[in-house]
Amino acid sequence: MVAAGACAALPAMPGAARAQPVSRGEPVTASVSMSVNGENRTLQLDTRTTLLDALREHLHLTGTKKGCDHGQCGACTVIVDGQRINSCLTLAIMNQGVQVTTIEGLGTVDDLHPMQEAFVKHDGFQCGYCTPGQICSSVAVLDEIKAGIPSHVTADLTAPMAVSEAEIRERLSGNICRCGAYSNIVAAVSDVAGRQG
Amino acid sequence: MRAFSYEKPASPAEAATAASRNPEAKFIAGGTNLLDLMKLEIEAPTHLIDVNGLGLDTIEPTQEGGLRIGALVRNTTLAADQRVRRDYAVLSRALLSGASGQLRNRATTAGNLLQRTRCPYFYDTAQPCNKRQPGSGCSALGGFSRQLGVVGTSDACIATHPSDMAVAMRVLDATVETVKPDASTRTIPLGDLHRLPGDSPHLETVLEKGELITAVTLPKPAGGTQIYRKVRDRASYAFALISVAAIVQRDGSGRVAIGGVAPKPWRVEKAEAELPRGAKAAASALFADARPTHENAFKLPLVERTLDAVLAQARS
Ligand SMILES: Cc1cc2nc3c(=O)[nH]c(=O)nc-3n(C[C@H](O)[C@H](O)[C@H](O)COP(=O)(O)OP(=O)(O)OC[C@H]3O[C@@H](n4cnc5c(N)ncnc54)[C@H](O)[C@@H]3O)c2cc1C
Ligand code: SF4
Repeated sequence: MVAAGACAALPAMPGAARAQPVSRGEPVTASVSMSVNGENRTLQLDTRTTLLDALREHLHLTGTKKGCDHGQCGACTVIVDGQRINSCLTLAIMNQGVQVTTIEGLGTVDDLHPMQEAFVKHDGFQCGYCTPGQICSSVAVLDEIKAGIPSHVTADLTAPMAVSEAEIRERLSGNICRCGAYSNIVAAVSDVAGRQG
Repeated sequence: MRAFSYEKPASPAEAATAASRNPEAKFIAGGTNLLDLMKLEIEAPTHLIDVNGLGLDTIEPTQEGGLRIGALVRNTTLAADQRVRRDYAVLSRALLSGASGQLRNRATTAGNLLQRTRCPYFYDTAQPCNKRQPGSGCSALGGFSRQLGVVGTSDACIATHPSDMAVAMRVLDATVETVKPDASTRTIPLGDLHRLPGDSPHLETVLEKGELITAVTLPKPAGGTQIYRKVRDRASYAFALISVAAIVQRDGSGRVAIGGVAPKPWRVEKAEAELPRGAKAAASALFADARPTHENAFKLPLVERTLDAVLAQARS
């Protein structure tokens, strides 16, 4: 009944670019520029386009996945200006001038990011659909702990933060894995955290 | 999603004026609730006013020794603020128990207060719902009501307000600052922000058309032991079945607000007078006017037991 998993229809994409709203109900387009994986990109988009759809449908960066499209599953997680967010719940036009890092920007097949490497080493996935979101989230989680941001399971709000299995599990609860690879995901993230010291 | 035009004003007054010009305009902050509802066409604004970039994203000390939290401060930033962690721990705890890390990075103070109910029938556009479509009826009455409200509800709507943050802010005696399209400002005690449904559940707050929340102010620290205890179906990433926000002083006196039971954070003066006598006395004052359904009557003993645990934790 609740919209979990229900994908809303993709917004209609604009025909010709228009600067101003014409009449009620008509698609409106606008221009947005952002840096995506270090490259400056400018797009003319229907105002309804989410950051997720801009990445996948317009920039053809299909590493970022659309799961539920309602912020519930975390498959669309990307890093914007250093923070992980659900790219399905932000409009592309609200992200003027930001720096986006997607899974494609973290590493390549020949030059894996340490977190990607650890997911491979620890079998942190089965079908792989949630994996780009899991990895972007995991990279940001370790940065959040380093920055001293507490979590629900942090026992003492005023003490310095430390990485633990409980912290990793809690902080990654916004990334759902239908294959249930959670234990191996935690092993992968712990491994990277240990190496970062 | 319906088509909409978009603007990003530069000042709060401009934003309020822009909203008053178009009756179908909406402010968008983090977007984590509004966009979700727009995809389902439960919300269908024809114009969006982006309030990011109005300079409302700082946390400043007040002259009275409290904190003034800008409307656009993100939930993560607020929960991690050292002053909040030290002096208003119940607020940090409530924020950290809500949503996910990704969502909290975007969710804002004002957006969190104004997020809409999670009643499953409100989300299901094929079902009657007085809140979504006034006059169509309430599917939750006589439907699946396990998650819904037990007090402050009406025959027209039994939905709850889903925010964790608001429950902590209520127990902290927070006030909400706004600016209206005519540039006048006002201060609303948090307890007066949300309306009870009565026969018009679609009217959820006392805010007027175009009225923009600019900040939430916390009075000087209340001290005591501050606890937020959330009971839910999963250990993480789930809305509250019930929650207890409490500030307990050494002498056993204190304040308590309950989440997950009513259309607003539920706080009753008489119940606080009963706190030194224990959870049972306080809970019966909290729920003197409760009207649970057979599916959610469990929330009453659940609150009492959780409050009991919270009081025990505060004593230890
Ligand atoms: C999967 C999921 C799980 C969640 N779990 C929890 C949970 O456990 N606990 C919890 O508390 N919350 C939870 N949330 C809800 C989340 O906290 C809210 O979506 C978020 O706080 C809304 O803030 P926002 O800034 O994104 O608001 P938006 O979506 O931008 O706006 C929400 C509303 O506020 C209005 N608005 C925004 N700013 C202003 C302003 N300055 N003045 C006037 N009006 C304004 C908008 O017009 C809109 O009507 C969850 C959300 C999701 C998607
Ligand atoms: S409880 Fe309220 S929100 Fe839920 S169906 Fe009834 S009227 Fe709608």
